[in-house]
Amino acid sequence: MSARRALTVLATVATAALLVGCSRPDTPAAAAAATPPAVAAGEVVVYTARKYQLVEDLFAEYSKATGTQVRAVTDDAGPLIQRLRTEGADTPADLLITVDAGDLWYAADQGLLAPLESRSLMASIPANLRDPSNRWYGLAVRARTIAYSTTAYTPEAFAAAVKGYADLAAPAWKGKLCLRSSKHVYNRSLVAALIARYGEPKTEEIVRGWIANLATEPFSSDTLLLQAIVAGQCSVGIVNHYYLGRMIAEKGAVPIAIRWPDQDGAGVHVNISGAGLTAHAKHRDAAVKLLEWLATPAVQARFAAANQEYPANPEAQPTDIVRDFGAPLQDPIAVAEVGKLQPTAAKLMDRIGWR
Amino acid sequence: MNPSAAAADDGRGPLLIAAAVAALPITVLIALAVGAIGAPAADMRHLLEHVLPGVLLNTVVLVVGVTLLAGLLGTVLAWLVSSYDFPLRSVFAWALLLPMAIPAYVLAFVAIAGLDFAGPVQTALRGVFGEGLRLPPIRSTGGVILVMSLALYPYVYLLARGAFATQGRRALEVAATLGLTPRQALLRVQLPLARPWIAGGMALVAMETLADFGTVAVFNYDTFTTAIWRAWSTLYSIEAALQLAGALVLLVAIALMFEQRARAAQRHTALGGPAAPRRRLAGWRAAAVTALPATVLLLALVLPGIALGAWALEHAARDLDADWWSAAGRSVALGLMAAALVCALAIALAYAVRARPDGTTRGLARLATLGYALPGTVLAVGVFLPVAGLNNLFEAAARAIGADWPGYLQGTVAVLLLAYAVRFLAVAHAPLEANLGRITRSIDDGARLLGAEGLALLRRVHLPLLRTGLLTAAALVFVDVMKEMPITLMTRPFGWDTLAVRVFELTSEGEWTRAALPALAIVLVGLLPVALLLRRAERPG
Repeated sequence: MSARRALTVLATVATAALLVGCSRPDTPAAAAAATPPAVAAGEVVVYTARKYQLVEDLFAEYSKATGTQVRAVTDDAGPLIQRLRTEGADTPADLLITVDAGDLWYAADQGLLAPLESRSLMASIPANLRDPSNRWYGLAVRARTIAYSTTAYTPEAFAAAVKGYADLAAPAWKGKLCLRSSKHVYNRSLVAALIARYGEPKTEEIVRGWIANLATEPFSSDTLLLQAIVAGQCSVGIVNHYYLGRMIAEKGAVPIAIRWPDQDGAGVHVNISGAGLTAHAKHRDAAVKLLEWLATPAVQARFAAANQEYPANPEAQPTDIVRDFGAPLQDPIAVAEVGKLQPTAAKLMDRIGWR
Repeated sequence: MNPSAAAADDGRGPLLIAAAVAALPITVLIALAVGAIGAPAADMRHLLEHVLPGVLLNTVVLVVGVTLLAGLLGTVLAWLVSSYDFPLRSVFAWALLLPMAIPAYVLAFVAIAGLDFAGPVQTALRGVFGEGLRLPPIRSTGGVILVMSLALYPYVYLLARGAFATQGRRALEVAATLGLTPRQALLRVQLPLARPWIAGGMALVAMETLADFGTVAVFNYDTFTTAIWRAWSTLYSIEAALQLAGALVLLVAIALMFEQRARAAQRHTALGGPAAPRRRLAGWRAAAVTALPATVLLLALVLPGIALGAWALEHAARDLDADWWSAAGRSVALGLMAAALVCALAIALAYAVRARPDGTTRGLARLATLGYALPGTVLAVGVFLPVAGLNNLFEAAARAIGADWPGYLQGTVAVLLLAYAVRFLAVAHAPLEANLGRITRSIDDGARLLGAEGLALLRRVHLPLLRTGLLTAAALVFVDVMKEMPITLMTRPFGWDTLAVRVFELTSEGEWTRAALPALAIVLVGLLPVALLLRRAERPG
């Protein structure tokens, strides 16, 4: 290719790019290139940290059934919340969905979510799974539990040795424990829940014990952690229950079992994936309708099943795999309380050197 | 842009052009600085005491390790394929670029899935040598350096090869006349002549390493970027995060200043002439020289490619729908638009520096290319803030005259392209600046004597000479945009989900094997055209 022609092509594309990019979204050029951001009535715009593959089928079905088009932008919660903050009153978003109560608590704390007094939502979602001021509602429940190798232990022996999270700090578990990175919100949330339960000094002691017992460097994902238990690199770990559920759904039998922690005490730590109405929602009524629909029993079952979670609505049933895990005693502390303690938990983990 | 004005020797035009190009990144930096005000002192103290000491050391080790290893690999491989003839040389020459299209975070996951304790390799070895077998862990400092070097060496390779290929025969002839052996000629003539290219490539690698989040996250290796993310995401303090980002930018600026000063002491004048002939190798020498590129390609491309291919096949039937094809189309469209825009800006900047090579213009050029060292998410915030401000301004102005403002400046592709421009200007600037350094003033003077002035000078004399640099720049930006994740995620308008967005959605849910399909598509859609383009560029005419 001659350089001249290359430059001509470049210049043409650059001009076209700028024309397309700078033109108002309602001009034909932009409409041809992108779905116009201007939203018409009968639409709901969702910012979601729950990944699209877990919600797209439900959204598509809702659009088909009601004629209300649901449009979603996915990203991690941090950037989505920052986007909401920056866009302010101009935001196109009507709903924010996250996979952690802490993120919802933070978004609400920043004034980005609007209180929503919906009788149907309040009836569907238990009080500990929603914001006390009704700015967000939990939609699916995940339990952060202890999982162990059934090759290494019989259920009876393990149950006798480990009753709860604190037991994994005992020296007997040295070189046998696997943990995920402290960077992940699920562990931060767990430590926050322990702080709420035991206070900071006792929690620090427990977590120090865990770190001393590590068999290997913390993993970047729960799935890798479970694989390490199967391979025998460690014999016990702390994971969200649905990662094991997914593994079983994919592979059938897996030599790992769940030990629900603290069933004689405070119960297993649970977190939520939930949603809130944004403070500047442009399609408030349509968004509320969508949210209420997502909380109905039939939809709840499918919402949770997509990720092997427990439905937030007690009337809905989990999948067979999750039902076989049992119905553990859940820590009744309001998830909002745990969200608030997350920065404290993060600092504690930094101090201890949990990587 | 009017390059002819830049090429002319008056003083103000070039300065204005440089200032205009640099205005974008400077706006972003100012926005970040303003956003950084008011970080809670308790959060900053916590970070300084418990997070920063560890991550600073980690960051230095990683950046130095990756820059040296990638620099060494890239330079040696480029020298081999441009100086010697050995089996498969012409295939290696372009295939060695292909790993550039594999995002480093994808390579990282493939390495860990394959080589960690629970992976197939170690499991098989334990089956042979017993359960007690323990190998050096891949999830380690050495592992992350190796993986990032394999993913990033093509940046150095691409630039260095351009340098070696265009050095011309005369420099080598002079070396031979002086009685230098080929090896001495490499060390004393070729390498010094290629230094701006190699240094430019290594600077890109260093900045890319500094800004990386995805790869170190997979390895759970804490760096400065991790600390920024931590401040933002776990302490919920965007202000503290931006303060850390500011410190990072300052460090990079200082490092670049030193590099610039060291480079300014040297002059680079090409002797030109046709390319030097390659020495033919045979026997064990040929085998030894073939082994290096073969090994690199095996580790960086073939094995990961096989793993990705196998995973992709598992899910292709379910995932390969119409949505998927349009995501691929949008990736390519964004890559092309960004490449065109960024190259145009980079040419303007490079000419401005050439026409007025004083401290001010150079300083502006440095500022303009700092965006590459910023973590993408931070940069996206820096783009978002001024755009939102501008939007409010327009809205107020519209209201003042009674008009209606749609209020969606944020949601246009222009914002995304501007963010890409700030991030990737350095990528296009490095090869163009190095290339332009080869076009001497005497070439200009000669052309003017023959009647070529202004635009004609640019078109008839400079552009043919700039071809290597321009194509390199466009290819680098194109592939970088295809791989780019955080900026695309945060600033994309509705409906602009790309392949990289798909990869993100799947990997962040731990579905790595499903992510193989879009990851592989980034490699295929992004790189084959680039490789073909570069092959054409190698031919004369």
